[in-house]
Amino acid sequence: MFNFTLNKLSEDDLYYNKLWDFVSLGAGPAGINASLYAKRKGLETLIVAKEIGGQLNNTEDVDNYLGFKMINANSLIDKFIAHIDSLNIEKLIGFDVISIIKDNEVFTIKLNNGKYIKAKTLLYALGGNPRKLQIEGEDKYSGKGVSYCVTCDGPFYKDKKVVVAGGGNSAVEAAIDLSKVAKEVYIIHRSQFRADKILLDKMFSNKNIKVYLETTIKKIVGNEKIEYLEIIDNKTLQSSKFYLDGLFVEIGNIPNSYLIEDIVKTNERKEIIVNEEQRTSVEGLFAAGDVTAEPEKQIIISAAAGAKAALAAAKYINKRGE
Amino acid sequence: MEKLFNNEVEKQLKEVLSHMIKPITIIMFSNEDCLTCKETKQLLNEVVSLNNKISLEIKEIKNSKNEVEKYNIKLVPSFVLLDENKQYKGVKFNGIPAGHEINSFISAVLEMSGIQAGFNEDLITRIKKISKPVNIKVFITLACPHCPGAVQTAHRLAMLNKNITAEMIEAQTFSDESVKYNVSGVPKIIINENKELVGNHPIENFLEQIESI
Repeated sequence: MFNFTLNKLSEDDLYYNKLWDFVSLGAGPAGINASLYAKRKGLETLIVAKEIGGQLNNTEDVDNYLGFKMINANSLIDKFIAHIDSLNIEKLIGFDVISIIKDNEVFTIKLNNGKYIKAKTLLYALGGNPRKLQIEGEDKYSGKGVSYCVTCDGPFYKDKKVVVAGGGNSAVEAAIDLSKVAKEVYIIHRSQFRADKILLDKMFSNKNIKVYLETTIKKIVGNEKIEYLEIIDNKTLQSSKFYLDGLFVEIGNIPNSYLIEDIVKTNERKEIIVNEEQRTSVEGLFAAGDVTAEPEKQIIISAAAGAKAALAAAKYINKRGE
Repeated sequence: MEKLFNNEVEKQLKEVLSHMIKPITIIMFSNEDCLTCKETKQLLNEVVSLNNKISLEIKEIKNSKNEVEKYNIKLVPSFVLLDENKQYKGVKFNGIPAGHEINSFISAVLEMSGIQAGFNEDLITRIKKISKPVNIKVFITLACPHCPGAVQTAHRLAMLNKNITAEMIEAQTFSDESVKYNVSGVPKIIINENKELVGNHPIENFLEQIESI
């Protein structure tokens, strides 16, 4: 019932007056697991993040994390945090990172409280933000029927008609979650499903979920709030109006790499390119999770990448003889 | 009655609240047939029991006309936080701050006790310059991880300027208010009834909206 995440006081000089061995920017699975591995290697470790849990916060249930057949996402976050709390890992939560500078082998991270954190090695694990459809009406009706967070906004659609845009795991999970609240749920996707078979089977067994594949949403239309979508059948090219109460956009994420995109190598999607040890093109700077070019955006894969980054950071520090 | 906080959460809360500087008072407004009054009372009682710097007064709205007027109470359950001199700084919660919202509640308690939010000087100067009356409503749901940040920002603005009042509104308990303000996505921020933001915006965006009034 309570997702309590506050830690020590953010104004405590403890955070700002020292040179940390390893700072994880981000507290999703990658950042949390990295901090666990770094601390166990004896590194002075700090997590800095706006929110705990990262994109796990945007899902309701997790059923593909080894060891948990089915677990509520909040409970999984709580278990992650309880694990690192048992090692007294320091966390600074509730802040945005404004800038990152490397000078003289030291990373200086400016926060939006005007203070600075200093680190020998840095993990950049800031995940991503929901990708938008980039169609007419999307921004206008954001918060007025267009949503990017099922756990946050699902309750407003009790007994209503909603559409999920997307065809991957997160879209199918969103449809399943919404079917518990909404009267009718439709998935509209421009091509074929990419989601896991086990999720698709679960979705198809649900009578109030209906599927429109090979269908593109062209425009969002409404008045004070959303009223209908203009959709087009990709095969017949026939367009029609699809009336609805809410649209949930679940078409993946845009990597949150903007703070370092000018100093590290990225791919055409602005995902950070890392090697097998999660090293970026800048020495001492590592990246892990959904912000990297890793094609599989999965909780367990992000967590594993965080572990690899922390182990490589420990090696890097040892090599420098510090 | 079963406790709301388990031992682990209670331990964490106690540690965090031990950093409180000055005493604060919470005044909660309730009535007999209110939806979540019982749970809200229990939550506040449990928090109060964790630190003796927090006092709690519970008022029935029908017997508290003066206070209802003084703190502009329109919804129940509702509670306000007062500083050590029992001064109202415009910090109000409408509905139970459970789920993720426990974070905005506890940080409001800490900051009302005198802990500084840690804004830079330029921001504080901008906030202090606001001379028109401003009311900020932040609609939230309890399963929303992005909401406490928006509530925290609104309350911090209120604590730094006496012209600003800020209130959390739990959207499901107060569904009529949610319909009135066309809330279908949270956090939804309504400033002076007509300006709105959706999402956990940085304080600069709040200020831009406020300064344009």
